[in-house]
Amino acid sequence: MTWLWSNLDLVWLRTLDHIVLSLPPILLSFVFALPLGWLANRYRPTRGAILSIAGLFYAIPSLPLLFILPVIIGTSLRSPANLIAALTLYGLALMVRVVADGLASVDPDVRQSATAVGFSAWSRFWLVELPLAGPVLLAGVRVVAVSTVSLATVGAVIGAKSLGSLFTDGFQRGIQVEIITGIVATVLLALVLDGAVVLLGRVLMPWTRRTRRIRPAPAAVLGPMPVVRSVA
Amino acid sequence: MIEFRSVTKEFPDGTLAVDDFSLTVPSHRTTVLVGSSGSGKTTLLRMINRMVDPTSGTIEIDGVSVASLEPVKLRRSIGYVMQNSGLLPHRTVVDNVATVPLLRGVPRRTARADALRLLDTVGLDRAIADRYPSQLSGGQQQRVGVARGLAVDPNILLMDEPFGAVDPIVRAELQQELIRLQHELGKTVVFVTHDIDEAFLLGDQIAILREGGRIAQLGTPAEILANPADDFVASFVGADRGKRALHVESQDGSDVLVDSDGRPAGVLVGQRSGAGPSGGARSDVPHIVPTEGPPR
Ligand SMILES: Nc1ncnc2c1ncn2[C@@H]1O[C@H](COP(=O)(O)OP(=O)(O)O)[C@@H](O)[C@H]1O
Ligand SMILES: [Mg+2]
Repeated sequence: MTWLWSNLDLVWLRTLDHIVLSLPPILLSFVFALPLGWLANRYRPTRGAILSIAGLFYAIPSLPLLFILPVIIGTSLRSPANLIAALTLYGLALMVRVVADGLASVDPDVRQSATAVGFSAWSRFWLVELPLAGPVLLAGVRVVAVSTVSLATVGAVIGAKSLGSLFTDGFQRGIQVEIITGIVATVLLALVLDGAVVLLGRVLMPWTRRTRRIRPAPAAVLGPMPVVRSVA
Repeated sequence: MIEFRSVTKEFPDGTLAVDDFSLTVPSHRTTVLVGSSGSGKTTLLRMINRMVDPTSGTIEIDGVSVASLEPVKLRRSIGYVMQNSGLLPHRTVVDNVATVPLLRGVPRRTARADALRLLDTVGLDRAIADRYPSQLSGGQQQRVGVARGLAVDPNILLMDEPFGAVDPIVRAELQQELIRLQHELGKTVVFVTHDIDEAFLLGDQIAILREGGRIAQLGTPAEILANPADDFVASFVGADRGKRALHVESQDGSDVLVDSDGRPAGVLVGQRSGAGPSGGARSDVPHIVPTEGPPR
């Protein structure tokens, strides 16, 4: 335990490194997934293709991916950018399907009525479909957030500093407390980020918080029952 | 005035939803399209605001073909009210009503103030302004839907079975409310329903539709009841079963109208007045004061 107390500042530094590595992939995968998910949802024939390809990315083992990416997009192997690119791909693999499912979950009646009152396709997407897909998107972002935080530890292997560095270092030097600290801190960070995403969802989607409660119509002003316009 | 000229709509899957439909919808009146499910009512309505474009034929609003108008702009100038209200579930009541003015660039404060006034107009308490649609009863939701339809003060109001999903008592309230509103506002209303009683109650002009939007009969309620064009219409309006037949019975010196089941439908208070000051079919008909609720 003495290792932990004398290295608190190191743990804090690695936590910050970890956040810097995790946040961009979470945000970027969300942003890139929007057009792809929209495309998958909009055009039936592309749906299967886009979703399958996106899903396949998740099956690529992380170490080979970290070695291939520099060849494809020119990042340098040990740079944070390389890891961020890899994590973004994994996030994307999850989020594209989430966005497509979220958009498909929007009530067609609501979409029709938005069109009927004069939303353009563009404003309807941003002001109606995207917000209404919100609960599904939120669930997806939570998964991506947790999975990204956990995957980011692999960066330690290629030298990108993160909480993962604590357990690689702990293994090499045989410091058990350091290993455990790395694992616990990673899990805690994942939980904190997950909580932050949930809070953000609450703030951005206030309508999902209120529960259904029907009260009798508040004094609907009814005109006097007029003479019935019936015919004999 | 809205004019359908030989309008046909065939969907890509080959469904002939509307076949050679022609109709003039007069301004400031309520025209009801009534027919069974699948007769093409919704398709007809949606061709007015270009949610659906006809395969052939033209639709003109005050002499201008809608095909020449930009769809989004056109829709923002026409009120649209549908079944299940179609309200945006993520926006409060007041924001729902202000939706279209906001899209048209009306400043937020103005739009919200106008929206609150519209809640009064449709008989809603301003206290519900900040609720979400899911926190309202079905009847309240439909009232909000009507308020939203009126928000840009459109000349034309399209209503697609707006009261179809609420219970009969609330429906009767909403119908009376619409009659009152229409009396005040005088919009050009195109109202779609499968309920012939609703059609007779609300319509100045009624088109009874068969499959494919074919007009079985066009006329005022009185004209149609007095003279059903054929067996289809007679059966649709219920005349053949004697459902509409009323007869007069004297009761304590008053003339009470009694329907075929022996239930009193109303009491006769007017006499044939000949040509009333407003003319038209309805003034020739004695007024009936209901003995109970709205007519069945
Ligand atoms: N988008 C569509 N694609 C194919 N067929 C449709 C479409 N919309 C409506 N129809 C068909 O057109 C006919 C008329 O439909 P509709 O106008 O909705 O009738 P109503 O409103 O009177 O019930 C029906 O047979 C319906 O199945
Ligand atoms: Mg319909």
